[in-house]
Amino acid sequence: MFKKEITAGAKSKVKSSVQRGIRTKVVETYPLLAPHIDEIIPKKSQLDLLKLPDRVSLYALNNEPLFWQHMDDAIVPHLRVVHQFPHCFSRIGIDRGAIRFVLSGAALMVPGLTSAGGQLPEPEGQLKEGDVAVIMAEGKEEACMVGQLKMGTEDMKEKKKGVAIDGGHCLGDGLWKMSID
Amino acid sequence: MAETATQDAASTEPQARHVVYCGVCSLPPEYCEFGGTAKKCKEWLEKKHPDMHEKLYSEEAIEASLSTLSLDARKRAEKDSAKKEAKAAAAEARDAERKAEAMVYIKRVERNKRKYVTAVSGLEEHGHDLKKVAKDWGKKFATGSSVTKTASGTDEIVVQGDNSDDIFDIVVDVLKVPEDNVECIEDKKKKSAG
Ligand SMILES: [Zn+2]
Repeated sequence: MFKKEITAGAKSKVKSSVQRGIRTKVVETYPLLAPHIDEIIPKKSQLDLLKLPDRVSLYALNNEPLFWQHMDDAIVPHLRVVHQFPHCFSRIGIDRGAIRFVLSGAALMVPGLTSAGGQLPEPEGQLKEGDVAVIMAEGKEEACMVGQLKMGTEDMKEKKKGVAIDGGHCLGDGLWKMSID
Repeated sequence: MAETATQDAASTEPQARHVVYCGVCSLPPEYCEFGGTAKKCKEWLEKKHPDMHEKLYSEEAIEASLSTLSLDARKRAEKDSAKKEAKAAAAEARDAERKAEAMVYIKRVERNKRKYVTAVSGLEEHGHDLKKVAKDWGKKFATGSSVTKTASGTDEIVVQGDNSDDIFDIVVDVLKVPEDNVECIEDKKKKSAG
């Protein structure tokens, strides 16, 4: 999604009613974030909205990007937010070999998740197509990618091929490097 | 009662983890190996966070991470990172070369009789954001200062008034452009016209 460098466009203040809506949507999408939402988006704070290329809206607080949304797709955390609260998101893991492809901006392919070094949830914790998943990496502590799944995790186990995430946000991409001022 | 009190205290304390990011490539240091600046990253970490450096770059850590890759994949990854590193080094060399040659011109332009503007060009080659510099100067000199397009299509900063001496000092001392790369020019209106 953010392969190229991004120069932020105009910044506009989010109305308080809209900001409440965003808080609600974030908690709905990530229930485990509920205890932390006041820390991430304090009640009396002022969120900014930045329009990014490819119809992405970015919500930022004090020039720190927090969440982004492509059109009406799911609202997705910036990786710095993921690093702050890693346990509040659904996580899957890729093997070491897949890391450099992910970091170069390629789509996340299923074999990186189904191989021995990868990690997918048990059937009872399965993720569905469209769910937002945080991508951990074999041997690393921090997440390297976040995005919406193109395929459910049970499907991945069965097919063992195809695209898992296309158009996510990864370490070092345009969104990661973007500075707001 | 006591229990709810401690719970409240816990929930008001910041819970966010604090993650160290590399001062060179901006990634978490464990991912530095995938950028093109691995060597510099390693030096940075050794200086700023020796404990993390120790943990990440110890021989056991490197062995452990490599052992999970097949020999083939390891070779490919090595080749890949060598290529990236060479690319980054070449880009840096090119950049340094360009910077060494890039001139900044401070031009005093007479607009009307004894009315001047100061036009500065070339700062972008030295890595400065023209808009930001123009804004700073406007504040500093309490005057109009903006980025405008020249006839040749490049951008320059135009500051109202004759500030060329002060600007020369700022360009050299604050913006760190080597003195040899800065030239002051006088652009006088043709005398005959006046
Ligand atoms: Zn680094």
